[in-house]
Amino acid sequence: MDVAKTDFNDLEEAFQAKIDAEKRIEPKEWMPDKYRQTLIRQMSQHAHSEVVGMLPEGNWLTRAPTLKRKAILMAKIQDEGGHGLYLYSATETLGISRDEMFDQLHTGKAKYSTIFNYPTLTWADIGAIGWLVDGAAIVNQIALCRCSYGPYARAMIRICKEESFHQRQGYEIMMTMAQGTKEQREMAQDALNRWWWPTLMMFGPNDTNSANSAQSMKWKIKRQSNDELRQKFIDATVPQAEYLKLRIPDDKLVWNEERGHYDFGDIDWNEFKNVVSGNGLCNRERLKARVDAHDGGKWVRDAALAYAAKKAARKAEAA
Amino acid sequence: MTKDTHDELPLYEVFIRSKNGLDHKHVGSLHASDAEMALTNARDVYTRRGEGVSIWVVKSTDIVASSPEDKGNFYEPSDDKLYRHPTFFNLPDEVGHM
Repeated sequence: MDVAKTDFNDLEEAFQAKIDAEKRIEPKEWMPDKYRQTLIRQMSQHAHSEVVGMLPEGNWLTRAPTLKRKAILMAKIQDEGGHGLYLYSATETLGISRDEMFDQLHTGKAKYSTIFNYPTLTWADIGAIGWLVDGAAIVNQIALCRCSYGPYARAMIRICKEESFHQRQGYEIMMTMAQGTKEQREMAQDALNRWWWPTLMMFGPNDTNSANSAQSMKWKIKRQSNDELRQKFIDATVPQAEYLKLRIPDDKLVWNEERGHYDFGDIDWNEFKNVVSGNGLCNRERLKARVDAHDGGKWVRDAALAYAAKKAARKAEAA
Repeated sequence: MTKDTHDELPLYEVFIRSKNGLDHKHVGSLHASDAEMALTNARDVYTRRGEGVSIWVVKSTDIVASSPEDKGNFYEPSDDKLYRHPTFFNLPDEVGHM
């Protein structure tokens, strides 16, 4: 009998028992390698999404219509950067270094949310992103606040607290435009038309096509399936669009009394696959901006380290 | 996970006191070249909405931690001393709250 293997099975059983009992897993505890790898992949990609997510909004920072909107947008973008940092820091507890994660992003090995590969063409897009994209992110992230991995769950709680401002500022922009001139209304509608379907794709493939889902649910990394979360988002968002008197671009969207949910049309998964594999409208631009920012900041990091070394040496000399 | 990270800024753990009267609590970590930069970065990353009145930063490598594997042995000395808990002693109801 293979002793090592039996030990491993015991460990894995004890691990699953802990998960089933709703106990959280903390960094230094034993965990199956696949659990660790799944979390590293998911959490680092989540962190990358926050950081790359700053780029489409940064496009409008210098052209925000008022000083107030500009200050608010700046604060929101700063939050996104902060969320990326919470998540990178939580991911590092699993034994991967920050540089390694950056490497994976910059070489295209790690993905980030496909939504950020769409362009922000007008100011209304900033409203639509806050309302829809951040709204979808909140639905996803609330479910993750109860994730079995302690550091991830804690980062999610902090993020959720801050995220609600993002959605509300976006909806407020949409309200202002929807109640404005004919041109403004048209801009708002056009933004909704372009962002609706990509937003629905943010929840990932249908449950029947989601390879990793079952194991993630068993490990309580995920608490709700992609389709459940997508439905939740749609049910919450349709009345908000009605209030704006904007039309969601889906002819099949209709309330289903029997299900107690909205029915909706088919998602174009070919488009999703296309963007995931690097052929979205902005994939190259986003990655290049990210790599340039990192490389361009190298001299600052080097100088800061050299300065710290110099100060430490002087202190040692004086002592 | 063996990539050379010698030129990565050192990792600091961040602890924040949310208001006077409460303990500092661990909130996460960040990279900085020295303690001073770690403090200002911690302010920007972890207290954008008045979450703190005091911040501690400690180099992660300076933290000594117990390991989860010796959970049993390490805490065992206190496990068999149930008399440390007030509920160990049965008092009659007449005595009232004690």
